[in-house]
Amino acid sequence: MSRAKEKDKASISLVLTGSGGAGVMTAGNLLLEVAAQAGWYGLMVRSSGPQIRGGEAAALLRLAHAPVECLDDRFDVLIGIDWQNIHRFADEIPLDGASLMIGDPDQSEPPEVFVKRGARYAPLPFKQMAKAIPGSWPNMIALGLAAGLVGLPADSVKSVLQNSLKKGGGEKMAANLAAAEAGYAFAANVPAVPRLSGRAAHRAGRDARWLITGNQAAGHGAVRGGVRFCAAYPITPATEVLEWLAPALPKIGGALVQAEDELASINMIIGASYGGVPSVTATAGPGLSLMTEAIGLAVAAEVPIVVIDVMRGGPSTGIPAKSEQSDVNIALNGLHGDAPRIVVAPNSIADCVAATQWAVYLAEATQSPAIVLSDQYFGQTRAVVDPPADIGLITERLKPSATAEAYKRYAITESGISPMAIPGMPGTAYTADGLEHNERGLPSSQSGDHIRQLDKRAKKLAQFDYGARWADIEGEGELAVVTFGSCTGAAREALARAAAEGIKARLLSLRLLSPAQPERVAAALAGAKQVLVVEQNHTGQLYRYLRAEYDLPGEVKSFRHPGPLPMRPGEIHQQITAWSRL
Amino acid sequence: MNSTVAAAPITAQAFKSDYKPIWCPGCGDYSVLSSFTKAFAKLDLRPESVAVVSGIGCSSRIPAYTNCYGFHGVHGRSLAAASGLKLARPDLTVVVASGDGDGYSIGGNHFLHACRRNVDLTYVVMDNHVYGMTKGQPSPTTEPDWDSKLSPGGTGLRTFNPLVIALAAGANFVARAFSGDPNGTADIIADAIRTPGFSFVEILSPCVTFRPEQREWKQLVRPGPVTTTDDAARAARRIMTDDGFNIGVLYKGQRKPYQPPVGKGKKRPSDLEAEFAI
Repeated sequence: MSRAKEKDKASISLVLTGSGGAGVMTAGNLLLEVAAQAGWYGLMVRSSGPQIRGGEAAALLRLAHAPVECLDDRFDVLIGIDWQNIHRFADEIPLDGASLMIGDPDQSEPPEVFVKRGARYAPLPFKQMAKAIPGSWPNMIALGLAAGLVGLPADSVKSVLQNSLKKGGGEKMAANLAAAEAGYAFAANVPAVPRLSGRAAHRAGRDARWLITGNQAAGHGAVRGGVRFCAAYPITPATEVLEWLAPALPKIGGALVQAEDELASINMIIGASYGGVPSVTATAGPGLSLMTEAIGLAVAAEVPIVVIDVMRGGPSTGIPAKSEQSDVNIALNGLHGDAPRIVVAPNSIADCVAATQWAVYLAEATQSPAIVLSDQYFGQTRAVVDPPADIGLITERLKPSATAEAYKRYAITESGISPMAIPGMPGTAYTADGLEHNERGLPSSQSGDHIRQLDKRAKKLAQFDYGARWADIEGEGELAVVTFGSCTGAAREALARAAAEGIKARLLSLRLLSPAQPERVAAALAGAKQVLVVEQNHTGQLYRYLRAEYDLPGEVKSFRHPGPLPMRPGEIHQQITAWSRL
Repeated sequence: MNSTVAAAPITAQAFKSDYKPIWCPGCGDYSVLSSFTKAFAKLDLRPESVAVVSGIGCSSRIPAYTNCYGFHGVHGRSLAAASGLKLARPDLTVVVASGDGDGYSIGGNHFLHACRRNVDLTYVVMDNHVYGMTKGQPSPTTEPDWDSKLSPGGTGLRTFNPLVIALAAGANFVARAFSGDPNGTADIIADAIRTPGFSFVEILSPCVTFRPEQREWKQLVRPGPVTTTDDAARAARRIMTDDGFNIGVLYKGQRKPYQPPVGKGKKRPSDLEAEFAI
């Protein structure tokens, strides 16, 4: 009866927490699948401590009837299977007086930090209830409870669980179905939480939506772009890109090899690509640091490669399992010498597919290294998305004709791109060299050759036609928000809130960070009087880059904070409204 | 019947480029280059089917002096680049050229793992116990008391024994050669290329500029007194107890090369999408 009083909302946010091994990630993933099954959209962000087992874990979910790209400013519900080490997440889980906490009274009192914020509390004896159903797990009770609370259909819970527990055998399935049902029924006994407004959108067919992480999406984008070789060294939070590619590549005629370190993985893909096979590796900040010397080799020897950098907190080992956009500087500038390279940043989980495919295309077309700047938020967040279309960009490298005479690998051409012979082609053998060279590829330390080759390598990237994909430009107004990557979703939502209040503003989300596009940026920002640069790092790496490369119009402000706290729509919205009132 | 004329056998000359080496007069690497081209001709390879991959140092200059496809990468990483190339392009003959600094110091980790991985490569290290390109610093194979500006009075460090390391790490073919015997060295390189898996050939190649005393090596080297073994422990014992001047193929194993099948899978990327669909 109290349910009717709750105001319906466009999205519901809830957190499942527990100590490592309590199964909160499993329950969270299943809840997301239930939502997807019911025709909802949603996402689940993973947050965990450094321990592999026995640490603390939180599954942060946001569910809606329309696509969602970021976490909300606050959470409606916090379900704690236990409260162990929950204080470590206090900053990442904003609760308020309207939030509801549900925990096991047999284990401990609700955490003081949330009680102080005024969150309501309802007890649920998870362990006791699970014990009463032999063979069941407390996290399945939590799953049922969460589904019941937010109004997901019981049928969807059942079918998702049946599918997921197929391998466990009949008894296990029966017990955990019963546990989920008990949790679902218990939802009626706790204070109501908001429900989603409207109805789930009609679904055209069974394959109408995808459930995917940004890391899987990046791997898939790479193979769509034509990648058939990967050398891999594990690193959090990029490992899943590699683990997705490992079984995928052999199916499509390619291969993945595990390397001994990042120095090997980057050089392996350069070797493979020199052999004519489009190649990729994925890493995070520490690995990218190790790879920079060889990325310079790919610049000088003009070997196309793609490096997916899934950014995490830095510097040094930093915060491995949490997100931060702090590798902008190293991606843009982290090579010695004058070394032009391509840097592409996806701006949504679904865009990890298209942006990575595009990066492969650009690398292959320009015979240059391309860095894809993803981050832990994209990489390890699982989301319900509309299937990303194949952008249709796949390229054959420019190769010399079979009758080429006096072949010059690094010939100076109009476009700066010269035909690249592939080992096996007769009559065009050359040596790919990181030493400065002449047009034939022979080592040269003469100033003329150096200038010609520097010009060539700069020109081929400067002159390339990047098309409309270089940025997403939305809305209009004298206030412009400029951002990239995972801050885009929050910025987009902030602008939508501002628009609802009558504040006009535009969004410029840069997909192509390098080479700089001064004319395009100038056109996109024409008439802007206020420019707000939004990013998730400590020093304003994007802001500084923009100030160096572009003449930004009007007044320019940087709004930033480092990870691991996500950039939330509310804080950007606040910046916009405060500034627009001036 | 006479319409097909047998192609003339390819000569070593066909594998040489017209580019003049930067090496000092008397450098052992000239002979190694000649052994490379002789070995390629001996195996009747085509220049376009051979890739010569190297890192940085005097020895690593070899690729451009051949008419083969060459790759002159960064310091110490030649084995990684070569492994990637061979794994992606198993149809190519891939030969790696390195030196004692490039291969055993900065590239030491890759050496261990290349032996373990056993990709079908031939790894030729021209060992002159010195960094020549940077003008005379001690390498991992330099004697501990060798005086230099960088390590006055010597490093005091024990020398690295690459052949024993290769055996311990799992190389499938291990040999020592001497640049002063270009024909014998060509035979060993040809044998190394022919033997599947990771083949390691250490070539004593004097640096007459910074280690002029190495001119004496030609008086010291001799064919190894025993035949090739397939027993790695026996090979290790032999090499640990010799004086470093026994020449020949020490060890040949039977390990299957590491080569994931490429080009076998026939699915398209769109076939992989089903796993994401709800």
